[in-house]
Amino acid sequence: MVLRGVDKVFANGTRALAGLHLDVRPGEFVALLGPSGCGKSTALRVIAGLSEPTAGVVEWPSPATGIRSANRIGFVFQEPTLMPWVSVFNNVLLPLKLQGVPAASAAESVAAVLDRVGLAAFRRAYPRELSGGMRMRASIARALVTEPQLLLMDEPFAALDEITRFKLNDDLLRMWRVSRTTIVFVTHSVFESVYLASRIVVMTARPGRVFAELAVEAPYPREQNFRTSAEYASVCRRTSEALAQAMAAGGES
Amino acid sequence: MTVRASGGERRDRIVRVALPIAVLMLGLAIWELVVRIENVPPYVLPAPGVILQTLAADWAPLSQSLLVTLVTTFEGFLLAAAGGVGLAVLFNQSRLVEYSLYPYAVILQVTPIVAIAPLLLIYLPQHAAVLVCAWIVAFFPVLANTTLGLHSVDRNLTDLFALYGASRGQTLWHLKLPSALPYILGGLRIAGGLSLIGAVVAEIAAGSAGAGSGLAYLIAESGYRLNIPRMFAALLLLSLAGIAIFYLLAFVNYLALHRWHESALQA
Repeated sequence: MVLRGVDKVFANGTRALAGLHLDVRPGEFVALLGPSGCGKSTALRVIAGLSEPTAGVVEWPSPATGIRSANRIGFVFQEPTLMPWVSVFNNVLLPLKLQGVPAASAAESVAAVLDRVGLAAFRRAYPRELSGGMRMRASIARALVTEPQLLLMDEPFAALDEITRFKLNDDLLRMWRVSRTTIVFVTHSVFESVYLASRIVVMTARPGRVFAELAVEAPYPREQNFRTSAEYASVCRRTSEALAQAMAAGGES
Repeated sequence: MTVRASGGERRDRIVRVALPIAVLMLGLAIWELVVRIENVPPYVLPAPGVILQTLAADWAPLSQSLLVTLVTTFEGFLLAAAGGVGLAVLFNQSRLVEYSLYPYAVILQVTPIVAIAPLLLIYLPQHAAVLVCAWIVAFFPVLANTTLGLHSVDRNLTDLFALYGASRGQTLWHLKLPSALPYILGGLRIAGGLSLIGAVVAEIAAGSAGAGSGLAYLIAESGYRLNIPRMFAALLLLSLAGIAIFYLLAFVNYLALHRWHESALQA
């Protein structure tokens, strides 16, 4: 999937994206890193088709089939965004229900994906009965239940405490290794982006464009000891420097 | 959890129930005493005991009138609920319809029902006129609240439905109506009391027309006959009916929301 020269100007005149180029290869884990208000979320919404670019195009590998219509995109929002009036099971079932998947096979998929995110025991619980971390797990399960080829995540763990965030980081990596879904992960945390991504795209603020790209060479599986390794520290340092430069560059324009 | 919380909370709940009852008893006792000591005749102010005796003695006509009023209220309420929610959904689906009709809904609401009732009684058969009055008074809060609820849907959830290509019908049924439910039920709670008021106002207005048989008509008729104890007895029944409607709707609200909505959670 390629974003080619995407511009986005909002109705109020705010220029969110300016000539954004982004090339995402199948199976990649890309982190979009940048300061608040740099258009990361807007870029994600453009990719998802929730927002039309003012200029530029989003290209898919096989435009004939149309990835959007085939429901091959999963989206995880900053908040869990669950429907409070139904159980976890029915929340995760929603994408399949909207697609008209037969109830029996849908129920099977939901049970499998709940098992994968560790919520099998909470299928009957209502969202308000869950902790913040579990709600986010349910949200991820809902995004995964359609077996998307592309998973878009918009700062999904930003509101969680550090312990929960680390746990979910590890679980996300494990799920990604099994499914090999392509992930575009928006974050403003240098440490999170380095830990998770195979490639980090650093963006400037207002208007958002790509400032630098860094490959994270460290092999998967990455686990807790990666967080304390010298390699992790050095990539974090380089990424932080790139982010600092991006913010300086963004400030000038 | 419930066991631990009991001590202080339980005492608090008993006090909250017992205090208003104690006030009622005290008030009734003073009332009864004053009437007896001062020898006030019942056609000026009947004592509570006399009102209760009247209630028992005249139970046949009173209960019949109560039933008539309750049926009218219930029918008006159902029409208001269906009309309010239906119209709000229609407005939500089509801007043009909303722009064309909303001002008239407001006009219906702001024109005092007491002033409309005599006109309606000229053009409509009595039962229909009473029903229309109950409807006019009760439907607006349902409409306004439902409209508010349908507009208060979580943006991200709306995006999610769009992402998965949900149809308008699916979005309405699986997203908009459930998230508007607390608002709709809030509107219905207001409408319950109002449809009783609408029915009573219309009955009073119709009273002179003669054929009325609801509680309000009974009050008006007893007034002409200076049967003050019966007026009080009918008034008591009306109050009780209003209280019953309020708590019934509160209970429905609890049943529908207690598992997920903040407003209905038990502390």
